[in-house]
Amino acid sequence: MFDVIAQGDGPLFMDPDPDKAREFFRTKKRAMANKLMTVREAVEKFVHDGEYLAIGGFGANRIPTAICHEIVRQRKKNLIFAGHTSTHDFQILAAGEVFDRCDIAYIIGLEARGLSPNARRYMESGKVTVCEWTNYAMALRLKAAAMGVSFVPGRNIMGTDTFKHSAVKVVQCPFTGKKMALYPALWPDVAAIHVHEADVFGNCRIRGISIADLELARAAKHLIITCERLVHNEEIRSDPTQTVIPYFLVDAVCEVPFGSYPGNMPYEYYSDEEHLKKWLQVETDPEEFRKFLDEQIYGTKDFNEYLELNGGIERINQLRAQEHLIELD
Amino acid sequence: MADYNTMELMIVAASRELEDGATVGVGTGAPCAAAMLAQKTKAPNLVIMFEAGGISPLLPTMPISVGDSRTFYKAVMASGMCEIMETCQRGMVDYTFLGGAQIDMYGNLNSTVIGDWANPKVRFPGSGGANDFASFCWRIMVITPQDARRFVERVSFITTPGYLTGGNAREEAGLPANTGPYKVITNMAVMGYDPDSKRMRVESIHHGFTFEQVQENCGFELLKAPEVVETPPPTEEELSILRSEVDPHRYIIGR
Repeated sequence: MFDVIAQGDGPLFMDPDPDKAREFFRTKKRAMANKLMTVREAVEKFVHDGEYLAIGGFGANRIPTAICHEIVRQRKKNLIFAGHTSTHDFQILAAGEVFDRCDIAYIIGLEARGLSPNARRYMESGKVTVCEWTNYAMALRLKAAAMGVSFVPGRNIMGTDTFKHSAVKVVQCPFTGKKMALYPALWPDVAAIHVHEADVFGNCRIRGISIADLELARAAKHLIITCERLVHNEEIRSDPTQTVIPYFLVDAVCEVPFGSYPGNMPYEYYSDEEHLKKWLQVETDPEEFRKFLDEQIYGTKDFNEYLELNGGIERINQLRAQEHLIELD
Repeated sequence: MADYNTMELMIVAASRELEDGATVGVGTGAPCAAAMLAQKTKAPNLVIMFEAGGISPLLPTMPISVGDSRTFYKAVMASGMCEIMETCQRGMVDYTFLGGAQIDMYGNLNSTVIGDWANPKVRFPGSGGANDFASFCWRIMVITPQDARRFVERVSFITTPGYLTGGNAREEAGLPANTGPYKVITNMAVMGYDPDSKRMRVESIHHGFTFEQVQENCGFELLKAPEVVETPPPTEEELSILRSEVDPHRYIIGR
């Protein structure tokens, strides 16, 4: 057995036992069944209070916005959230106060756009129990889970306060004597990923960067896919090189055109910076923000209504031009 | 001499630290602008990498996110986070360019909390990919304004490793050998690190500033390199490319 040289004091929210994970995956359905359903059905069926949730994409890029909204709309609670590369997705879920535990790699911020005042208030309120990680650390935890092993080593994080408040253990490598940080496997109960194309069974294509979604898709016990476009299974089979998520990992397929809005969808549409700015501005006043949420999320029946409220196809067309670097006047 | 603002000065000074053919992992904002400027001036073959997976894009405009579609525009590869960080961990990435809320004399960065971690006065985003880049890349560069509230004796939380407590602390903690902080570029000076103590030292001072001014805007005692020179001011060409091609909408240089 390795001697543990140092370890973080952060809570480990999920069991890294690979045999327990295998027992789960042993019973996961392999049938090539039609998994098409609405976003509401998918969230009702696969997101349960108290469970561990992870969201694919990169904060405001290729995110399953409809799923995030619906989790808030259905007032899910006491979730554990993977705060990994999360920006606008975190902002939405923090607005709904749907989680009370959080693995933190990147939260609250919207990168160059600034910090979310509401998400910051929520994280400073004492309502959320946290554990610190880094973006690669969380990707490694998903990679370990995808591999079916209980940990993988990395050479980052050691010596820092991020490490002190993580659940990482440092050991001496039995081959070289060097110190290695061990990252415990993370099998989220449920994950949602937005993709370009999927068939009704869940075979998925993604264009552009994959971020940590290939690992996430394989680590998650339940996987909800939202897609820009449904394609026929014949199309998938015509070019299997393009398939990055095979159907048997997937539990639900929801067709949500423009589903990453107000986030960027590579090769489709750019992020709606005006809308994201509006979120940041309105959040400075909690009262106004409540009204905004009522209007945008609680008061809309689905993603289409939300999109219509914010300019619909006309707005998408402008963002499409931006994505393709076409100047409109 | 050309007229320029603080941000323009920092971006130009930072861009000069990147040589042609080098590999660099960058975040958004000033670091990205510096890398873009380098690519459009002295380092056309600079390989820019973004943590979300973009490898060697020909950046058409300033990305807003390190994961947006600009970060892999005309790139050689649209990969993923593990691909990028493992390329760094294997030793193939020369530089990383980071920002940070606070930096201390050993180049440690804080982007997690101000105050007590358990009961934060102000909570910030956390590491993101900064700890990873700073653990793995050979040389860490930081761009930040010279300000005593940012340059502190001890950061309240080491989010991202510099030289930790100095000397060999970094390698002893287990981080890859011979890596660490390399330069800090501010609006007043370029700083490096003493090879033994690993403490920050002033190496060059921008035109119009003195060592005393740099020290006054720093919360800890700065060392001096054996020879402290004056940073050559930004050229008309550098400023023109920065303003017309790198950041025409003044997202960064207008701050």
